[in-house]
Amino acid sequence: MATTSPFAGNQRNRRLALGLATLALGVGAAAFLSLTQGARPIPLEAVWAAVTAFDANSTDHRIVWDLRVPRTLIGVVVGAALGLSGALLQGATRNPLADSSILGINAGAAACVVFGIYVFGITSLRIYVWLAFAGAGLTMLLVYSVAALGREGATPVKLALAGAAVNAALISVISAVLMMSPNTLDQVRFWQVGSLAGRDMTVLVQVLPFLAVGAVVALASGRLLDGLSMGEDVARALGQRVEISRGLAGLGAVILAGGATAAAGPIAFIGLTVPHMARAFTGPSYRWILPYSMLLAPLLLLAADVIGRLIAPPGEVQVGIVTAAIGAPVFIALVRRRKLAEL
Amino acid sequence: MTSISASGTAGIAAARLRLDRRTRSVSIALLAALAVALALAMYLGDFALAPGDIVQALVSPFTGIKTPGADFIVLNVRLPRAVLAILSGAAFALSGSIFQTLLRNPLASPDIIGISSGASAAAVFCIIVLGWGGALLSAGAVVGALAAALAIYVLAWRDGLSPFRVVLIGIAVAAIFGAVISYLFTRARIFEVQQAMGWLIGSLNAATPGKILPLALAMLVLVPAALVLSRGLAALPLGDDTAKGLGVRVEPTRLGLIVIAVILSAFATAATGPVAFVAFVSGPIARRLLATGRVGLVPSMLVGALVMTASDLIAQHAVPSTQLPVGVVTGLLGATFLIWLLVNANRTGRTA
Repeated sequence: MATTSPFAGNQRNRRLALGLATLALGVGAAAFLSLTQGARPIPLEAVWAAVTAFDANSTDHRIVWDLRVPRTLIGVVVGAALGLSGALLQGATRNPLADSSILGINAGAAACVVFGIYVFGITSLRIYVWLAFAGAGLTMLLVYSVAALGREGATPVKLALAGAAVNAALISVISAVLMMSPNTLDQVRFWQVGSLAGRDMTVLVQVLPFLAVGAVVALASGRLLDGLSMGEDVARALGQRVEISRGLAGLGAVILAGGATAAAGPIAFIGLTVPHMARAFTGPSYRWILPYSMLLAPLLLLAADVIGRLIAPPGEVQVGIVTAAIGAPVFIALVRRRKLAEL
Repeated sequence: MTSISASGTAGIAAARLRLDRRTRSVSIALLAALAVALALAMYLGDFALAPGDIVQALVSPFTGIKTPGADFIVLNVRLPRAVLAILSGAAFALSGSIFQTLLRNPLASPDIIGISSGASAAAVFCIIVLGWGGALLSAGAVVGALAAALAIYVLAWRDGLSPFRVVLIGIAVAAIFGAVISYLFTRARIFEVQQAMGWLIGSLNAATPGKILPLALAMLVLVPAALVLSRGLAALPLGDDTAKGLGVRVEPTRLGLIVIAVILSAFATAATGPVAFVAFVSGPIARRLLATGRVGLVPSMLVGALVMTASDLIAQHAVPSTQLPVGVVTGLLGATFLIWLLVNANRTGRTA
């Protein structure tokens, strides 16, 4: 389904498309900042020279190619995946608070990776990725089924609580493992904080196909989510198969969140806040929310990463911590603003 | 407050009598189980002691008959550990039950809505940045828990306190503290991280009078206060208006209970670390045992003490030659309980 360009010729749509183009430019600008800013000041000409005429003997060139370029690429890809996954989750569960970190999906991925390292001594990144996917999927299933208990089904609050409870259970299991194995702890403590730095490009290359599939699923499900947002009964009356569209969107979200977590570690709150910001521009239609989220999220993620690099020189604050520090207050504002009926 | 005067019919009176009898028999059964666990906690260990020697050692401060080795093992190692298990278990459970009842949600216990994570972040800060230990560390943890509770209360306050807002904002606050902990972890040396990790899991190791006494004193004041206030607790889940109609002073009761629950949780966490899920599981287990929708604070406390003592027995003795921290066992227990909740509620169609 080609969904990103609904009724053509409409002025509103033209405005939205223009906004999308502006956002794309914004991502470019953020990527530029990410390439040029950092603990070590590198003049613009040197960055440009590193890209156009690489010289392996120049430290500046090496920093740009070995550190900043991978970091920026990972930021763009992971950000897009997190934004899409958040929007998908919010649409599929009709829950404004759905997010892969709130729902414990990131912790699930982390738990599987930790177990892999500890129990099987896995060090191969190729297997990390599969573990992260498996953990993300299983946790999503568990959280959703815990939350869907009882007559009123998976209400936003129950979903958030079930996620928090599963999250707490997973974290205590993870810490138990880490407690018994200092080796695993040393390997995991830097992965556990979501970060774009020090990540391996091979992981990105490996998850890229999955994320691409997830992105296609996400961008194609705008119409389905719009149907769902009118309520299950209406969606059914319109001829939608509610369970299938919900399952498809959920699967897409898990692939995207799992892949992003595998590549960068758990990064909180991007998936939660970005769709809300997108909604403020686009209105309620997921056909626009999804592409907007896909561009807005990498923009924010790269910005947060640059902030983290500059905020505490000579060290830096990992992007997962910056996003939590910025995202949690946004979440609180969201909870305070909405009427309870909407939650 | 039992002021449902219009319903003074014989049927209801009989039902209430049955209920009380059930509460009493459940409490007695729990006490018996706790006694067995306590006896095992005294008996099991690397240093084998005959039951007679243990009894003799327990009463030696009164009789004056000294048997050096046994006295030390029983009075300075096993007994303080068991006492700390019982006290902290009961405190966690009472705090959790109060939260779950006030917030009308079985998943809303202090370890999930951010209060324990406040204590954790403060403790990790004390360990890694300030290099504190012992009493200072405990004090830091108490301050952290109180600060987290205050932050949640202030942020969630908007023309009154809605349970939903408290829960959701608690989760966000927990996320912020989680980020703080992760950040400190990346900054520290690995052995400091390990030490902090040990604190975060929660254990009953090094149960000294210095750890037990503050908790015991706090409980001496707060538990009776909670029990008195909780007579209004049964009416609160019915909704504020109904509760007011029944003669409960809603706001003072709620505020008093929240303050008590927070302080209990803070002191218990300071003594043992945030032992996972004891606050979370005890109330619901007690509720199932009582087979009513009623809140039984005393049975909940007994369940909490039993869970803690039994978990510590498992943690110490299940794996030969390895002593696990008690939080590992309660964490696994909590995860299992969640799944049980799932299976059980699916079968009966009850709300989680």
